[in-house]
Amino acid sequence: MKPGYYFWSGDIAVAEGAIFAGCRFYAGYPITPSSEIAERMALRLPQVGGKFIEMEDEIGSIAAIIGASWAGEKAMTATSGPGISLMNENIGLAVMTEVPIVVVNAMRGAPSTGLPTLVSQGDFMQARWGSHGSYEIISYYPDSVQETFDLMLDAFNSAERYRVPVMFLLDAMLAHMYEKIYVPPEDSVERVERKRPTKPPGEQLIYEADEDLIPPMPRIGDGYKIHASGLTHNEKGYPELTPQAQERLVRRLNEKIRKHQEKIWKVEEYRTEDADVIVVAMGSNARAVRTAVDAARNEGIKAGLLRPITIWPFPYKYIEKYSVDYIVAEINYGQIYHVVREYADNKVELLPKMGGELHTPQEILHALRRYKK
Amino acid sequence: MSEKKKTTMEILREKVEELLRTDRLPHVWCPGCGIGIVLNAFLRAFIRAKMDPNKLVVVSGIGCTGRTAGYVNVDSFHTTHGRAIPFATGIKFARPELNVVVFSGDGDLFAIGGNHFINAARRNHDILVIAVNNFTYGMTGGQHGPTTPTGAYTTTTPYGNPDRPFNIPHLAISLGVPYVARWTTYHLMQLQNSIYTALHRKGFRVIEIISQCPTVYGRRNEMKNPLDMMEYFRKFSIRKDDATAEEMELTYNGKIVVGVFRDVQGIPTYEERYEELLRRAQK
Repeated sequence: MKPGYYFWSGDIAVAEGAIFAGCRFYAGYPITPSSEIAERMALRLPQVGGKFIEMEDEIGSIAAIIGASWAGEKAMTATSGPGISLMNENIGLAVMTEVPIVVVNAMRGAPSTGLPTLVSQGDFMQARWGSHGSYEIISYYPDSVQETFDLMLDAFNSAERYRVPVMFLLDAMLAHMYEKIYVPPEDSVERVERKRPTKPPGEQLIYEADEDLIPPMPRIGDGYKIHASGLTHNEKGYPELTPQAQERLVRRLNEKIRKHQEKIWKVEEYRTEDADVIVVAMGSNARAVRTAVDAARNEGIKAGLLRPITIWPFPYKYIEKYSVDYIVAEINYGQIYHVVREYADNKVELLPKMGGELHTPQEILHALRRYKK
Repeated sequence: MSEKKKTTMEILREKVEELLRTDRLPHVWCPGCGIGIVLNAFLRAFIRAKMDPNKLVVVSGIGCTGRTAGYVNVDSFHTTHGRAIPFATGIKFARPELNVVVFSGDGDLFAIGGNHFINAARRNHDILVIAVNNFTYGMTGGQHGPTTPTGAYTTTTPYGNPDRPFNIPHLAISLGVPYVARWTTYHLMQLQNSIYTALHRKGFRVIEIISQCPTVYGRRNEMKNPLDMMEYFRKFSIRKDDATAEEMELTYNGKIVVGVFRDVQGIPTYEERYEELLRRAQK
């Protein structure tokens, strides 16, 4: 895409941001409100020599992108909550076998089929631990079309750097909302490529991690005789079904993210320096909160907004940093609220909404007025 | 003292061993299991085809046959249950120059993975599927599966199987699969030749191999010993390349029709059609 200004929806920004980041493989299955991502990819990937395939379901889609990633491509899929539910087993496979992929979830009202066309933020915990087992994953969540485009680069870069699936959260509001956005020149950004083996085939163990806890990733067809299995495995990639191998592998899979979490964290702190009360909000819901914070400030209430852009690993040090009361405004019945409570010193209040619409600035302002002195 | 000249068999054995992760032996398969026979036939056919092992990728799902990927000394992936075909699809579509083989069992490919099988077959991806059919879920102790003959006894059909099995060659043919064959583990040479031919064909290729599982299937169905099952395959199989759909059906301890049921060349693969699409998009 030529650098310049465009008028795009969040879904289009996902697709264009992915291509800008170097993604050349997409496999997906249509689902509201993410279908426009697939449509844009079907149009655009062939133009840049990339591969687009519409699979028979979401399970096939994620299996295909894991295969494509081993084949050397930057690969992604996009779906919504029901599709993520189907993909979760293979997200575990990508975690266990350390495969860089990006999975986009345009969150809609749930549980079950819920509200296909309307907003929700019910999938935070699913993004973190939707697959079975104890693992760490990276998850981002933008609040504007511009940030969606920009963050896709971070998503691919982090997936490649840490050899981990990145769950890119979006919501129905952001997916379908159009805004003006700026596309920077191609060479103005850093694109991260996964670490390649430095040793020749035969000498390189497939899962031999470096000091950063991340093993270099060989590509299919280069003679490394890769073996990858979802079973607990040793450095050779061979199944080793012992508590010792489990301890070594699962600890490293978690630690390789925790060790680098401060580099992964992205947070917006809006008018928080002198705040008495901080609202924690994410995604498009944070836009209403920003308006409410400004309105509250006009009334003399020292309010602020803390917006985790990296949802997982949760940027908890930003919660610990402030000794204030927190209000967590989210479009669910309390998910990030529990995480904030874990790290906050003072009172934490939940301002839930079951989904279908965002908080209105008035609702947030109403809650903030109790802090009027 | 001069070294004794190696026999042809010794040379072949060495070549087979080069393609195996011998450091992983002994394998998990039971004594008398047929999967090793199929793997051996595959490796011998591959050696005969003189193809580049560095371009060969073996993808398996979960189950007894699913463990095959763990023993071949090439790029190999032991994936999730039922998902070997879409995983392989991603590899092949991303890098069409690779030689992609799915090696998995009947439950993995046709029950939990059935949707992927029919859709990948329909799209005609350039993938060879080696489908080992032992009539049962062996890894979990012998439950009935999508290929268990009606009437057979398994741990979940203690009164006989009321279910109807898949007719795999018929299913594949109905989907337009260009190469469809069925053999048993008794037909070692025919199987090897068939794999050799299939390795040289393009598109979705399906070879079903009826294999013995004496440990959890045979012993509940009056074929306790591996040889009893092989004897059944020998006595009851008939080669008939032009078999009708009805003739291909498998019944409980009934006839097993084997052969190359379809071998058609020139059907464009998904990967070839996409290459064309790329040219149109980039005009």
